[in-house]
Amino acid sequence: MSSTAAPGSVGRPRGRRLPSIFKRQGWQAFLFIGPALLLLLVLIVYPMIRTIIYSFGNTNSRLEITRWIGFDNYTRMFTRDKSFLNLDVFPPSGALVNNVKWMILYTTVSLLLGLLIAVLAARVRYEALMKSIVFVPMAIAATAVAIIWKFVYEPDPNLGSLNGFITTLGSDPIAWYGRADTVNYALIFAYIWASTGFAMVVLSAALKGISEEVIEAARTDGAGEWDIFRRIQLPLLSLPIAVVTVWLLINVIKVFDLIYVMTGGGPGAASEVIAVTMVDEFGNGEGGYAAAIAVVMMLLIIPIMAFNVRRFRSERVTG
Amino acid sequence: MAEVAFSDVAKIFADGTRAVSDLTLEGHDGEFMVLVGPSGCGKTTALRMVAGLEEISEGEIRIGDRVVNGVAPRDRDIAMVFQSYALYPHLSVYDNIAFSLRLRKEDKAEIDKRVRDAAKILDLEPLLQRKPRALSGGQRQRVAMGRAIVRQPAAFLMDEPLSNLDAKLRVQMRAEISKLQRDIGVTTIYVTHDQVEAMTMGDRVAVMRKGQLQQVAPPQELYDHPLNIFVGGFIGSPAMNLVEATLERSNGGLIVKLGSRALALDDENVSARPALRSFEGRNVVVGIRPEHLEDPSVARDTPDDRRLTGHVELREALGSELMVHLRIDAKPALTEEVHELAQDAGTTAEQMLGGSQHAVVVGRFSADSSVVEGKDTEVAVDTRSLHFFDPETGLAIYDSNR
Repeated sequence: MSSTAAPGSVGRPRGRRLPSIFKRQGWQAFLFIGPALLLLLVLIVYPMIRTIIYSFGNTNSRLEITRWIGFDNYTRMFTRDKSFLNLDVFPPSGALVNNVKWMILYTTVSLLLGLLIAVLAARVRYEALMKSIVFVPMAIAATAVAIIWKFVYEPDPNLGSLNGFITTLGSDPIAWYGRADTVNYALIFAYIWASTGFAMVVLSAALKGISEEVIEAARTDGAGEWDIFRRIQLPLLSLPIAVVTVWLLINVIKVFDLIYVMTGGGPGAASEVIAVTMVDEFGNGEGGYAAAIAVVMMLLIIPIMAFNVRRFRSERVTG
Repeated sequence: MAEVAFSDVAKIFADGTRAVSDLTLEGHDGEFMVLVGPSGCGKTTALRMVAGLEEISEGEIRIGDRVVNGVAPRDRDIAMVFQSYALYPHLSVYDNIAFSLRLRKEDKAEIDKRVRDAAKILDLEPLLQRKPRALSGGQRQRVAMGRAIVRQPAAFLMDEPLSNLDAKLRVQMRAEISKLQRDIGVTTIYVTHDQVEAMTMGDRVAVMRKGQLQQVAPPQELYDHPLNIFVGGFIGSPAMNLVEATLERSNGGLIVKLGSRALALDDENVSARPALRSFEGRNVVVGIRPEHLEDPSVARDTPDDRRLTGHVELREALGSELMVHLRIDAKPALTEEVHELAQDAGTTAEQMLGGSQHAVVVGRFSADSSVVEGKDTEVAVDTRSLHFFDPETGLAIYDSNR
């Protein structure tokens, strides 16, 4: 931000300038964007402010504020609520830690798998079929994904296909989502299965946007397939990769439905994540505490959003 | 540096289309060989087969002593310049030019030296840090050239490298590429649909049509001695006028009857084309280059048997000369193209032209000419420079064994 620039000075940094429409014909502009602005205010800004206000109080079961407690909901979250964040044990545990695991594993694996499939699919004849198959899970609701994977992970080898498979190899069946040490990975894998299609479709489209002649030029310049990928395709995919990463990150910070349906955060609190904790606390009548958790979640998402917006803006200026 | 040779090369696409048939052609070491022809004639496919971007269906291609049929593009030691330039959009001009050298793990200082040398030759020095999108069309073209010359390859392959430039720049770059190629002396195969480019740049020009090589010759020979109607009509701008005529004998000499008029042929003309005698009394296609038609008021001493009568339909003043479109009393020649067009339209060529008895020919007249649009005029014909083709085969009539 250019706090040093004089108000109305022409020396604002590029990309920070208000669209000139605001200066030229203020009221007419608002006539056009007014309805949308009103909806945003009512549906987003107002609830957001209310949530922030709630987060500084305690509520009764009818979600009326009974007492103002300042930042106590926040201190509770980071110090006293061991199911949200437990730093006393090693490795640390709790919903927040689980969420970080999700962010790292889910985002990288979905992205890399999506990229790999996009690149490889472009080289085979049955590309369309292959991409459709990978994309299908995207069309399935997360709750349905949960049901599907419940069947896959089912402890009874006669029902659960994964256990059915490993028992034929001679292993004992594993209660994939019933054990604290496997439940998070089992859930993350199911969610990766559901999201790889998205990464693949976006990256595959971007890959198609790279001119065939550029690839051929590289080939005659002496590039092998790996050189083409690393020196040409990957750099040219940097923007779509950033977009997909941001989408996956935001998606994973908010992850809720799959976990809620499959494990409800269990066993114990082993698979709790921020959103599941929030809903649980809300159900316990802890409206203020739930609101504080919601605010923390929002604060996690904001920097990613900001990065995304800036990235787009810089692309527009240089591109 | 090396020669590039096609022997009996064919390209058949998966759908059965024969894009190139029986192509046998050799670009000598250091030669600037131009492949020219209308779109879809297979010239680009031929080039791409040399580059390794297209598989060779039949025959073989040699670069130097090596048959490259199964060799990957990266190992063929060729540099290609694409129509779209195909610059790497995320790399600076410097990095674009250095790309191939870096792939070959050349020494850093050596890369820098060679990139700067190439940039110097191509006037790219001030632009080295720019990205391609910040360059004009001509500059991009130069970067594409830079990327090719920095390699010091066995051969340059250029696929219509000038067709995305505006007319003025094209003329300028044409000269620059020719000069550059001559200085570097690398065997070059240059594909274009523009016969002016072909004529001005090529040491030799290979004319292609529908996947088949029509004629390979130095530009002037191609112009003076086209082997068939297609080459005659394709090379030269404005195009050669092609009209039907009958060859007859009159007063001991051969005459060409064009409608109601007749042109007398010199003995030297006939002796240069002995096969003409066998066409006596038969139809031939006569080809007249526009510059061999002139206003008789300029070419004053043209005798009557070297003249046609024409109706001036259009008079285009180009300043230095006039392009005069004349309707003359003779049938337009039914070339193979006309037959094909008619076939596509489900009719015959004769029907399509409405059995027209009047061909429109273009004459390149002196600017002093006083012809007037809408009036009839006499036209002087340089009969020594007439071309003759067999209407049956489309082949040019020279001596009988040619």
